[in-house]
Amino acid sequence: MPEHSILQRAHFEQLLGALKTRGYRVIGPTVRDGAIVYDDLNSTDDLPVGWTDEQEGGTYRLKRRGDAALFGYVVGPHSWKRFLHPPAVRLWQANRTGKNIQIEEEKHAAPKMAFLGVRACELHAISIQDKVFLGGSFVDPLYKARREGAFLVAVNCGQAGNTCFCASMNAGPKADFGFDLALTEIIEGSEHYFLAEAGTPLGEEILQELEHRPAENIEVEKAGSIHEKTAQQMGRTVDTTGIKDLLYANMEHPRWDDVASRCLACSNCTMVCPTCFCTTVEDVTDLKGDHAERWQKWDSCFTADFSYIHGGSVRSSTKSRYRQWMTHKLASWIDQFGSSGCVGCGRCITWCPVAIDLTEEVRVIRATDIRTKSMAKETDDGNTGTNPR
Amino acid sequence: MKRIRKPKLAVWKFASCDGCQLSLLDCEDELLAVAGKIEIANFPEASSKIVKGPYDLSLVEGSITTPHDEIRIHEVRRASKFLVTIGACATAGGIQALRNFKDVKEFISIVYAHPEYISTLNKSTPIADHVKVDFELRGCPINKDQLLEVIRAYLHGSKPNTPAYSVCMECKRCGTVCVMVAHGTPCLGPITHDGCGAICPSYNRGCYGCFGPKETPNTDSLAARFSELGATNQDIVQVLRNFNAWAEPFRRESEAHEKKVRKNKDNSR
Ligand code: SF4
Ligand code: SF4
Repeated sequence: MPEHSILQRAHFEQLLGALKTRGYRVIGPTVRDGAIVYDDLNSTDDLPVGWTDEQEGGTYRLKRRGDAALFGYVVGPHSWKRFLHPPAVRLWQANRTGKNIQIEEEKHAAPKMAFLGVRACELHAISIQDKVFLGGSFVDPLYKARREGAFLVAVNCGQAGNTCFCASMNAGPKADFGFDLALTEIIEGSEHYFLAEAGTPLGEEILQELEHRPAENIEVEKAGSIHEKTAQQMGRTVDTTGIKDLLYANMEHPRWDDVASRCLACSNCTMVCPTCFCTTVEDVTDLKGDHAERWQKWDSCFTADFSYIHGGSVRSSTKSRYRQWMTHKLASWIDQFGSSGCVGCGRCITWCPVAIDLTEEVRVIRATDIRTKSMAKETDDGNTGTNPR
Repeated sequence: MKRIRKPKLAVWKFASCDGCQLSLLDCEDELLAVAGKIEIANFPEASSKIVKGPYDLSLVEGSITTPHDEIRIHEVRRASKFLVTIGACATAGGIQALRNFKDVKEFISIVYAHPEYISTLNKSTPIADHVKVDFELRGCPINKDQLLEVIRAYLHGSKPNTPAYSVCMECKRCGTVCVMVAHGTPCLGPITHDGCGAICPSYNRGCYGCFGPKETPNTDSLAARFSELGATNQDIVQVLRNFNAWAEPFRRESEAHEKKVRKNKDNSR
C-alpha cells in the first residue's frame, strides 16, 4: 500500500460525497461577508475557489488569486472550536409545577461532523483543547461527543500569512498528526491535484473509495518543497527560549502599562483564539419562575465579571487582564497543561481591532527584560537596580 | 399561606420618544402571563388609568430637560421603592443631549416663533444626575428581552443578566465577520455595552453605540484606530455624538477631538 496517493482536483467532489454518504455534516471554508469562514458545505463550489487572504495586525482582506486553488488562503476569523466547543450551549432546563421541580437533562446529540481544510496549527489547537476538556479528571461530555464524531481532513498550508508564526510554536505548517486525511494542494500549469495521506484506518478507507493513484516520488518531493517554502514565509516569529521564566520574571514590566493603553479589553483576541476555552454560565428564567435554563457561553478573561469574586473583580485593570491572558497563553499554560497555549495561527493579531501583536509584546519584553536591566544597572553604576515594584 | 400583595409596576415618561415604553408594550404576551403576579399601576403608553402609589418597581424613560421635570423626578423617586431607568435618554441624556454641546437659547430663538413660551434647561441630563437610581438598563431603544430580564430579576430577587462587556463578545459568538478588521469600517463595538446582540455588524455596518459605553471603555485607543482607518477628527466627533453623546466616556472623547478640530482651524487661519 503506497503511503501517498494522488487525488485529482476533478475528483475532489468525491471526497465530499463519500463523507456525506457516511452521514457526516461537511464543514469547511467558504467566503462570507469579506472573509473565509467555516460553515456547511454542499459542494466544492462552496469552497473559496481562487480566493486568498491578506492579513496584517488588525487587517484582513480577501484577494483574488491568479489560479483556482481551493485552499489558497491561510486561516480566517473562525476556528473549529466553534463546532467542537460551541459559543452557546444549553446545559439543562428545569420546570416547576406547583411545588415540584423537575430537572431535564440536555440530550446532546453527537453530530457526525467532517472538518475540511484543517490547518496544522488547528490540529495542534484541537489537541490542546483535547487536553483541557478530556485530559483531566473531569471530562466535558459535550466536547467528547463532538470530538469523537469528528472526521478531520487536514490541508497543509501552501502559503503563510503575515501574521502567521506556527513555525516558531512548532505547530506547523505541515500537519504531522491528528488527522484522518491530510492533503497538499499542488497546482502547476494545467495540473491541479492533491497529494493525499491517510492518518487513520477510517481515513484510509475513505481514500480508497475515491478515484486515486499512488503518488510518484517527484510528487511527494514537490509537496515537501511546498511545505518548506511555507515555513520560510512566516510573517511573524517568536523566540520561545525560556519564555516561561521570561514572562514570570517580568510581571512588573512597564510594557504591560503600554499595552494596556492600547488594549480595548474587547475580548476579540480570546474569542478568535483556537485554544481559549473559558466559559461562563448564565441562568435564564421566565417571568413566572416556572421554567429555568442554564446556558454555557464563551467567556473571556478580558471582562470584569470574569475575575469577579466576592467584593469585586480581581483583575480590575486592563493591564492585569492583558498580562493574565498573554502570560497564561505562553507561560503558565506550560505548567498547567504541559505545552504552550499558543499555536501561532496569528488570529489574535489579525482580529485585534487595534492591531495589538503578542509577538511584538514578547519581543519588547525580552529586549528589555527586567532581570538583565537591573543587572546592567548594577554593573553601570555599582548600585543594585531599584525594585520595579 | 400568607397572601402576598401584588407588586405595583409603574412606567414614567420624561423627555423621550416613547420607544422604550413601546418595547414594554411589545412584551404583552409575557406580561399577560404574569398578570396575576404584578399590577400595572401606571403605564401611559398602554392606559390612562393611574393607580395610586407607592410603586414597587418604577421604570423611568426619558431625560430631564425642563424645570418641571426636574421637580417631577423627585416625586417619582419618593413614590418608588425600586427605580430602574430604561434607555439612552434616561441613562445618558439621549439624543436631545446634543444640545449640551451648544447654546440652547440660540436654538430656541431659531426654532420657535415665541421663544418666550419655552421653558427648558440648558442641558438634557440622565435621571441618575438627579435622584438615586437602583438599576440602569441601556439601549436606544432597550432590548425587549433585557427588559423582561430586569423585571424577572426584580420579581425573583436576583441580579439581572445584562453583561457590561463589549458588543464584540456577542458579535464573535454569533460568528459575524468583524467589519473593522475585514472591511475597515469604524465600529464602536469594542467600547460599547453589550445588549443588542451585535445587530449592526451582522448587517455589515459598524456599531453605533446605542447601548452606551461598556465597562472600562478605552475610547482613546479606538479613536486613534479610527484615525488610522482614515476618519478625521470631525468624523470621530460625529460618531461619538449620538444617542449616548453625553455619557461620560463618549463625551470626553468627542470633546477631545472637537478641540483638535478647532485647533486645526485656528492653525489654518
Ligand atoms: S488585545 Fe486586542 S483583541 Fe484582545 S482585548 Fe485587547 S484590543 Fe481586544
Ligand atoms: S464588528 Fe465591531 S462589534 Fe463586531 S467584533 Fe468587530 S469591532 Fe467588535
